[in-house]
Amino acid sequence: MAKHVIGPVAELPPGSRKFVVIDDRPIAIFNVKGEFFGLLNRCPHQGAALCEGPLIGLAQSKDPGEIEYTRPGEILRCPWHGWEFDVRTGQSYCDPRRFRVKTYPVDVEPGTAVVKGPYVAETIKVAVESDYVVVDL
Amino acid sequence: MNIQLRERPGAAKAAVAKTAIADCDIHPARATKTELYPYLAKRWHDHLETYQEHPYQGMMEGPPYPKAQPNASRRDAYPPEGGPQGSSLSFMQKQHLDPNNVVLGVLNPLRTGQGLRNHDLAAAICSAINDWQIEKWTSQDSRLKGSVVVANEDGVTAAKEIRRRANDRNFVQVLLLSRNVEPLGQRRYWPIYEAAEEAGLPIGVHAFGFGGNPITASGWPSYYIEEMVGHSQCQQTALASLVLEGVFERFPKLNMIMVEAGFGWAPSLAWRLDRCWERLKSEVPHVKRLPSEYIREHIWWTTQPMEDPERRDHLLDVIGWIGWDKLLFATDYPHWDFDEPSRVLPVGVSDANRDAFFLGNARKVYGIA
Repeated sequence: MAKHVIGPVAELPPGSRKFVVIDDRPIAIFNVKGEFFGLLNRCPHQGAALCEGPLIGLAQSKDPGEIEYTRPGEILRCPWHGWEFDVRTGQSYCDPRRFRVKTYPVDVEPGTAVVKGPYVAETIKVAVESDYVVVDL
Repeated sequence: MNIQLRERPGAAKAAVAKTAIADCDIHPARATKTELYPYLAKRWHDHLETYQEHPYQGMMEGPPYPKAQPNASRRDAYPPEGGPQGSSLSFMQKQHLDPNNVVLGVLNPLRTGQGLRNHDLAAAICSAINDWQIEKWTSQDSRLKGSVVVANEDGVTAAKEIRRRANDRNFVQVLLLSRNVEPLGQRRYWPIYEAAEEAGLPIGVHAFGFGGNPITASGWPSYYIEEMVGHSQCQQTALASLVLEGVFERFPKLNMIMVEAGFGWAPSLAWRLDRCWERLKSEVPHVKRLPSEYIREHIWWTTQPMEDPERRDHLLDVIGWIGWDKLLFATDYPHWDFDEPSRVLPVGVSDANRDAFFLGNARKVYGIA
């Protein structure tokens, strides 16, 4: 496990996402209303770049005619077959028993801490006065 | 087909030499509304600007059912230079043909003149689409082969178009859609079969189309998902009609490919037909053999969608009935229900069957050495 600096918080505003490759792993970092989430950008179903899909809500129904739409912006829908995953946990809503997307913890760290390390940030210049998005893998 | 794979670090870069494959269902699109104009007489430009197209469908635009993804296509398949998914050859090469080692790609253009009520316009657009396939696709990439699209409701004109393209190796099949004004075995469509047989071209029958009928046998359903599963019902109607009208008796060298309608239903339809035929053959004396014999002899099937039962031996049983020599691989690129070639077959398929499925059968049915 190593912590990798993704970039300054200011470059990843709410509603945005950033794609990176770390140790050959394609990863996407999402800012959902100020919370950060990291997911492997590969759908466990057929291998699509899952994280290029839209973030939607969760439509559920207790009874025909009753629809509950909750958690807007927290459900990732695959750009190929529309499989839905929880951006917080990687849980599949199609087949939670067999499939899950790998998630990675994402934190915000002050520049002072990032400068001290032990962070990996080969291509990102770190300034002590900024906050940084950091992913752990 | 869903195959569960554990994620392995670095799996994505393991680009070992991939099996050469035939993709028997690729959908090329137009980048702009007027991209077809150079292939259409000026008369039709003005007609389209003034009257637009009028399909066999109520007074509404678009497909009979709305789709779950934009243009029913993968969201990652928009070409960088703009235009809808499937409209750029260079991006299709980069995203699909090259990485998946497609050595034979069969183009199935949709949204052509097929299913239009104005048969002159239908014929003009179909012919233009055929010219466009050569100029934009098949002449630019020899892996790609076109489908002769025809004005399906006007068999005589359609047959002329097929004869015009008969010896043109840019084309490997004639394309029909499953939804037509009448079931596909009926005699109004026979000139198409006659010309195709004469030209030595198989006929691909792809799901979709405009016939003015709902996808079900009892009215318009509410949901897109019902259309998705309805394709197999619709295709069954077409296939039963082809067999029972005697199309394969009249055109014994004609081969057909059922595209994008699944195949898990094939044995049950054939069994039911056989049993009924034993009892009712005096009604259809022109059907001289068991219906299942015509089906097994004349029909090829593409995967995507491929039935995905809990137990893979059930799938293998169905394929065993159809025959590994009749199954063709297809991705449906760039449509959203795309099948990834490396994940489509279950484990335990012999190398010979695998090779036939991915390439050999396609070469055979399309007549490509």
